[in-house]
Amino acid sequence: MAFQILLNIGLAIIWMLLRNDFSPIEFFIGYVIGIALLYVLRRFLHFDFYFRRVIAIVKLILLFLWELILANIDVAKIVLSPKLNVEPGIIAVPTVLKTEWEVTLLASLISLTPGTLSMYFSEDGKTIYVHSIHVPDKEAMIKQIHETFERAIMEVTE
Amino acid sequence: MNANTVSEIITGILILTGTLFCLFSAFGMIRLPDVYTRSHAATKSTTLGVLCTLFGAFLYFWINDGYVSIRLLLGIFFVFLTAPVAGHLICRAAYVTNVEIVQDASKVYVKESDSD
Repeated sequence: MAFQILLNIGLAIIWMLLRNDFSPIEFFIGYVIGIALLYVLRRFLHFDFYFRRVIAIVKLILLFLWELILANIDVAKIVLSPKLNVEPGIIAVPTVLKTEWEVTLLASLISLTPGTLSMYFSEDGKTIYVHSIHVPDKEAMIKQIHETFERAIMEVTE
Repeated sequence: MNANTVSEIITGILILTGTLFCLFSAFGMIRLPDVYTRSHAATKSTTLGVLCTLFGAFLYFWINDGYVSIRLLLGIFFVFLTAPVAGHLICRAAYVTNVEIVQDASKVYVKESDSD
């Protein structure tokens, strides 16, 4: 992936040299043309076309911001309701993510999404223990949310 | 209704929302029953509150003074990086030292009102 980005930057610099104009706009145009070239020549690359991952990262960030806003509305509802009828509990969430980097990212995302807070990892890093603020009606929903996050992270790292 | 007024309205709304969420977070710290649930309020609401406030300040200085402050954006970035980790560590430390966990908050509140 890093090699493809370097190649793309190299193509953009060659474009600037061909145009004899060293401005950021020319670099940007060259970069876009480099993306198109890499897309056409993606068969010869050892890894997948890298821009797909960039799109996946952007998707992940948008999903995360949306979930953050939902989480805050959730907390505001719980805090401002006159009767505090929450039922907290701890749930074990198994994960299929492999590297520590991915698991850390997933735990951080869980912490900032509605009603859940990651609080413990199992020794082998295959399970995240999550403190949930409202268990009974949410367990299935939480699982589903984690599946969306997990899938989004897997799409980024593949 | 020129550009400055619009920008002032937008930044004002952003900063007010941010402070409102910080206020909710403070309410949550007072009202919620145990460390873990309080950590929920402290982690989520303050993060979005700080995000909104800093972004509002960023937009204000950008539009009115033409000054792009990268430091404010970096501040948002670092808050996002550290807030979930801090919440995680506080919860973990509380769990390891056997701090009592409240399973049903409504019952606790009934008890307290009985003793009053």
